[in-house]
Amino acid sequence: MTDTIRLGEIAHARSGDKGNHANVGIIAYSQAGYDYLDRVLTESRVAEYFLPLRPKSVERFALPGILAYNFLLRDVLAGGASKSLRVDSQGKTLGVAALEMTLPRPPNMVDMQPPQRE
Amino acid sequence: MKTIRIGNGAAFWGDNLDAPRLLCEGGGGGGRLDYLTLEYLAELTMSILAHQKSRDPTAGYVSDFPTVVESLIPLLKAQPALRIVTNAGGMNPSGCAHQVATLLQKHGLGKLSLAAVDGDDLLPDLDKHLAAGETFSHFDTGQSIDDVRERIVSANAYLGAKGIVDALADGARIVMTGRVADASLTVGPCMHEFGWPWTDCQRLAAATVAGHIIECGAQATGGIYSDWTESLDLADVGYPIAEISDDGSLVITKPPGTGGTVTVGTVSEQIVYEIGDPVHYLTPDIDADFSQLRLEQEGQDRVRITGARGNAAPASYKVSLAYHDGYLVSGTLVIAGRDAVAKAKAAAEMIFARVRRAGFNLARTNVEFLGAGDSVPGVWPSDSQPWEVVLRVSAHDPSRDAVERLARELAPLVCNGPPGVTGYTGARPQPHRVLDYWPTTIDRSRISPKVTVRTAAEWIR
Repeated sequence: MTDTIRLGEIAHARSGDKGNHANVGIIAYSQAGYDYLDRVLTESRVAEYFLPLRPKSVERFALPGILAYNFLLRDVLAGGASKSLRVDSQGKTLGVAALEMTLPRPPNMVDMQPPQRE
Repeated sequence: MKTIRIGNGAAFWGDNLDAPRLLCEGGGGGGRLDYLTLEYLAELTMSILAHQKSRDPTAGYVSDFPTVVESLIPLLKAQPALRIVTNAGGMNPSGCAHQVATLLQKHGLGKLSLAAVDGDDLLPDLDKHLAAGETFSHFDTGQSIDDVRERIVSANAYLGAKGIVDALADGARIVMTGRVADASLTVGPCMHEFGWPWTDCQRLAAATVAGHIIECGAQATGGIYSDWTESLDLADVGYPIAEISDDGSLVITKPPGTGGTVTVGTVSEQIVYEIGDPVHYLTPDIDADFSQLRLEQEGQDRVRITGARGNAAPASYKVSLAYHDGYLVSGTLVIAGRDAVAKAKAAAEMIFARVRRAGFNLARTNVEFLGAGDSVPGVWPSDSQPWEVVLRVSAHDPSRDAVERLARELAPLVCNGPPGVTGYTGARPQPHRVLDYWPTTIDRSRISPKVTVRTAAEWIR
């Protein structure tokens, strides 16, 4: 067993655009996961992960009732829908990219995983 | 207690054309809708519609909408209580109403009442507003409007639900607006049906949450859901329905027997879609607070939402302004075989060298190797070398000739570039005008919705 996990093992995500800004919503599968993300999924960690896209700033907002953190990445879309030259001009892929982030393995990992499916 | 069912059958201009009809048909025998909403206007759609209207004064509305209305004719006849609220009017709500009226008359529905709601278009009076003290400075950067004043293509305020409520009170069965806040398409029917006071922030917030969740169509019912293997049969995905009651309680569901899924997971993802600070989801109707929302799986494909709250609406309307900002082109080639990325890099360098040799210095350029991680450049974990990549080159420049030259330089690589170049079978990439986005605000006292309600027969008289 490695000493790291993928964010996608304990959370799911959706992203979108607002002009030249993007947001990435990260939703924990469990309360334990949400509490863990409160400590490790900081603004600075997310800013560092997306550093190659050069966000001007990263701000985190909490939605505790749905176990979510919303990250607002300002000026991260290289011009946005109207004039970005990137194939993903609207930040549609930032959510799935965020889920590949590596985090330290929490001791109570088993409490954080999604319920087993058929 | 009274409950109304509002279904949204379009998330953007170009969404699936069958969705509105399937939603109104109710899947395998579900309950009928009271309202069908259709949301068509992305941030920049209005500037495209403004361009169309400048060429043809009868155009400038969302041309998908009359097609959708035609598909709904039997349902409009069979379900006399069904009403439609849409922002398909775009830059020309009256033109849209006229076109829809022509269709309805043809199908014997000349008595059906149609409303056009406008008043959002600020361009004709822009100088008047400037003289009155509005600055229209860029909302994010503070840049002065003077820098782009001569190049403005469209300027529209996001109106709220008020015009829609007035149109429904006047008996309109189809309401066609210009730019309104997306959530207002849902808030309007709620205000009309329940007669809540405009100061009832809690219930206005609940209706706004409902509108936010359903505005992007199937994104609430399994579309783009992270756990995509869970949401079966997306080909037949059911579009979302909000069941809203007089007390402000809210359930999100979809027609029975359709594909997709409505779970705490899918609805949670849509709640966080395209939001900033969840404590202040601003619309012209309400300063809504999403931060304390809670979800509960009430049954199969039924999610109950509680905890919406809010404060009085902001004092200004958001304005979306668009201005002409040069030309943009993107083109692709496929590069296959050993060292695909290195060969693609060499091909891109050739393309730009030839554009320079022709005398053009492109203002902004970008090169991407799709298949080698460039959808999110520099972020994906590095992998082994792919056996093929899509080379995508792009440029933005004030000169149309400059970007056109770039478009011309892709095809020659098939014969004179590195080995393994293919995929050049489509037409040459076409440059398009860049209509750049300029968010700003206007004091709400300066504008008000204008509502025109007439029967179809009257619209075409």
